[in-house]
Amino acid sequence: AARSSVTSRYEMRYRSATAREEAALAAGTAREADAALHALQDTTLGSLTVYVVPETSSLLPQGVTVYVGRHRRALVRAGGSLAALQARLQEVAQVMSFRASSVAAALSDRVPDGQLGPDARRTLKSSLGYEITFSLLNPDPKSHTVDWDIEGAVNRFVKPVLDKLSLVANFSVDSQILYYAVLGVTPRYDKESSSFLLSAHSLPHVINPVEARLGSSAASLYPVLNFLLYVPERTHSPLYIQDKDGAPVSTNAFHSPRWGGIMVYNVEASTAPQASLPLHVDVDMARVMEVFLAQLRLLFGLSREEVPPEFLLESPGNEGLADWELDHLLWAHTVENIATVSTTLTSLAQLLDKIGNIVIKDDVASEVYRAVASVQSAVTKLSLGHLHAAFQASKEAVTCSERAFFDPSLLHLLYFPDDQKFAIYIPLFLPMAVPILLSLVKIVRETRLRRKEPTKMD
Amino acid sequence: GGMAAAAALLLLLLLLLLAAAGPGPGRADAGRERRDALREELLLSPLPTGDVAATFQFRTRWDADLQRGAVSHYRLFPKALGRLVAALGVRELHLALTQGFWRTRYWGQPPLQAPAGAELWVWFQPTVTDVDKAWKELSNILSGIFCASLNFIDSTNTVIPTASFKPLGLANGTDHHLLRYAVLPREVVCTENLTPWKKLLPCGSKAGLAVLLKAERLFHSSYHSQAVHIRPICRDASCLAVSWELRQTLTVVFDFFSSGQGKKDWSLFKMFSRTLTDTCPLASQSKVYVDISPKNKENELLEVSPPPTSVHEAIVQGERKTYAVYDLLSPSLFNTSRSLNVQLKWQRPQDSSEMPIPTLHAQRYVGGYGLQTGQICTLIYNTHPYRAFPVLLLETVPWYLRLYVHTLTIITKGKENKPSYIHYQPAQDRRRPHLLEMLIQLPANSVTKITIQFERALLKWTEYPPDPNHGFYVGSSVLSALVPSVTAMKDMDVEQSPLFASLFPSSDGSSYFVRLYTEPLLVNLPTPDFSMPYNVICLTCTVVAVCYGSFYNLLTRTFHVEEPSRGGLAKRLANVIRKFRGVPPL
Repeated sequence: AARSSVTSRYEMRYRSATAREEAALAAGTAREADAALHALQDTTLGSLTVYVVPETSSLLPQGVTVYVGRHRRALVRAGGSLAALQARLQEVAQVMSFRASSVAAALSDRVPDGQLGPDARRTLKSSLGYEITFSLLNPDPKSHTVDWDIEGAVNRFVKPVLDKLSLVANFSVDSQILYYAVLGVTPRYDKESSSFLLSAHSLPHVINPVEARLGSSAASLYPVLNFLLYVPERTHSPLYIQDKDGAPVSTNAFHSPRWGGIMVYNVEASTAPQASLPLHVDVDMARVMEVFLAQLRLLFGLSREEVPPEFLLESPGNEGLADWELDHLLWAHTVENIATVSTTLTSLAQLLDKIGNIVIKDDVASEVYRAVASVQSAVTKLSLGHLHAAFQASKEAVTCSERAFFDPSLLHLLYFPDDQKFAIYIPLFLPMAVPILLSLVKIVRETRLRRKEPTKMD
Repeated sequence: GGMAAAAALLLLLLLLLLAAAGPGPGRADAGRERRDALREELLLSPLPTGDVAATFQFRTRWDADLQRGAVSHYRLFPKALGRLVAALGVRELHLALTQGFWRTRYWGQPPLQAPAGAELWVWFQPTVTDVDKAWKELSNILSGIFCASLNFIDSTNTVIPTASFKPLGLANGTDHHLLRYAVLPREVVCTENLTPWKKLLPCGSKAGLAVLLKAERLFHSSYHSQAVHIRPICRDASCLAVSWELRQTLTVVFDFFSSGQGKKDWSLFKMFSRTLTDTCPLASQSKVYVDISPKNKENELLEVSPPPTSVHEAIVQGERKTYAVYDLLSPSLFNTSRSLNVQLKWQRPQDSSEMPIPTLHAQRYVGGYGLQTGQICTLIYNTHPYRAFPVLLLETVPWYLRLYVHTLTIITKGKENKPSYIHYQPAQDRRRPHLLEMLIQLPANSVTKITIQFERALLKWTEYPPDPNHGFYVGSSVLSALVPSVTAMKDMDVEQSPLFASLFPSSDGSSYFVRLYTEPLLVNLPTPDFSMPYNVICLTCTVVAVCYGSFYNLLTRTFHVEEPSRGGLAKRLANVIRKFRGVPPL
């Protein structure tokens, strides 16, 4: 495969702030200024607006040089030379759009092992849609009657996030309650804290037995994101998850890359006698959804850890992610889609090279042409910075290329391989070869004899 | 007399005991309104032949409208099936996977019969525009969910019955173009189909009656049938809102007479090698019914132990039945012992000479000889002493048996019987099967013989299934009838009556609905010798190779005229003698 590289190019335009912007910037705090600026003018996908405020401005707290708002705006404190400002702007642009590492993470399937950290493979692959399934696991319905207001929680917490993400993909949300579903690992009893512990190294074995009960999504082909809420059995309560150093994890949750997340929800230990079982439990959905939404952000690669310390990021609020984070996702997914299309089309071409008798019908061919055209337009638009158009084109290209690759007509003739033809012809060729081989042997023997004879004559 | 009185007294005592125990503490979480409920039930009925039939029914009822699409939060109802119903516009779905054949003549009327193999019939919503596409998609998804080869359902084995399969649930309008029916008689049912079926139960096989579902025992039986029925039902008596019902049924027949040294005694442990130890905490009702109705009046006496929590009397399928009921949710049941092992003992060895014969039963076979033509014969028996009733017969025959409709004869008591309704859809080669539906009047106490002749078609060599000499299956024909009952039935409240009596609605008190399936047929088709092409290739190749070899030798060999160097043995011997004689050699 050819080595591909991604170059980033920024188009910068400078202007002085308008009077209304000045007025907005005169607000007391950076957050208010951001909100006021957003009321003035909406921003387009893939663009950023950076306001350079005087060094002495009180908008930004002490020690903070860059404030990134909820939308596509940042406030940068002037200071130092123009070159230093330039470097700072560069950094702001990278944080708010993409950097080399995020593009590499999007292409992680195509990069050999070992070159990327473990976090790079955490993010979900780009897809046209995702199914989100919340499952409540109650392994001990005899002791606990667990109720969760999932419908309300989805409407309150998940829906705003998904509405925002609807630009990236289609989402569907459902939930189920599974009884008698146990984890694959028996937790260890810790006498000191009189609790049960799941150590970090046993977590990979937790999911498998549960997975069999979750049920695949029979009705659609989109990848499923599973979020499990596990209420441990009465005999194993309370249950805590330990990290690698043996310290308890504060959220009591963990996530599995590209699969979803699990949270352990401990029921308040009651001193009530056996007779009052089953114990009724109402799940605190705000606490649970906070964890699940954080895991959802991680699964989409929206981590806020790589930010330099002098940056101040505004919390995304109810919507779960800021506008610039959405851009960040779109950049990554567009690049990944383009790479996927090229891989799909390349492997189709390789397959054709290898197996000559595959028939490519006209409709498959036209899908391939459309995929190539769309991917070319996606690349052009991406280089022009038209993020939204580029993403749409890349989605179109993925759809076409997958449709071409998985067309059932490609499989029709695969089951008549060459060795079967050989088996049919061998009763003919083998007996025919015998006299030919014998006469070849004879010729060889005769030439050898003839070569010997002259030496004898001498 | 005295014995019966003692039994009655015992019963009275038991009832008193039960009354003293009173209804247990409110199981359904008090004050909290649940929109879904699970009822589970096991019916154990000794069959006249000495076999025992066990019928499990698990009913999940959900007071929500699945069709709206807004419902996506599942509790007891399995998510996989719920999404299927919502996504494909299914109004009613009935899937049965069966191994073995229910012998109606000997075993009596089953609560729920199914044809051997896989049977699927589905009513779609009127909003579904492309029913065939939805049907194809549905069968593929179900094949994935139940690990069955339902993906082999295509236009060659799908029919649209016009009268035989009416919706069992709520329906407004019965436009039969929304119905699809298919049977795969060749399907083999085994553990891999049972496991996903069990997974749909809210308690899995961890608690409740489902603990007994041990694959090892269930498939060591004469008949095994598992089914899934989804239908919309009325939420309450006023029927203003729709609820959805999922019924999972499993019927299994154990043969104890032959394996139990001629004794007909049985127990739960003997049948399932498990006993019931606890209840499923999610079930709002969990009961075991044992059929203890006296078959031959005072002739047979049977005894069930432990004593049942109550006795239920009902008229099921025209017969007065008595059931011993074990309510697993009643706290008194598990108080005395930790597990429930229902046992049944016959007090007196019974003579199996008198066996009750069901009012309606049927038989079917293939007649004729040779590989060109044949005939399908169906015998339908009405053993009712004085009532005639009509029966709907549905026959689906694959296209490679070419039916001659003009040879269709229906003969009852030596006279021709003219069907009052007939619907025939001829087959199209490789496209669709024959469909024959008839409404035939069966006179009282009669046998009706229906014959139709067919010709066997020649298939293309790629169309033969593996092992074609085994024969080709023709699916069971379906008999649907409203059978007049001997004893009058009362109208029951569906929600209160036991589950096994409530899937088919009874129209009035004088008759009950029965659906029977005949035997599947196995027909031999002219089968080519599949190794023939290869044999021909080998033989021709060998001949060609031999010819080629000799021709090649002729062309390439150089021929020398060779002087005989020394003669044979005779010549040498002659020369030796000549030498002795002093004569020059030859």
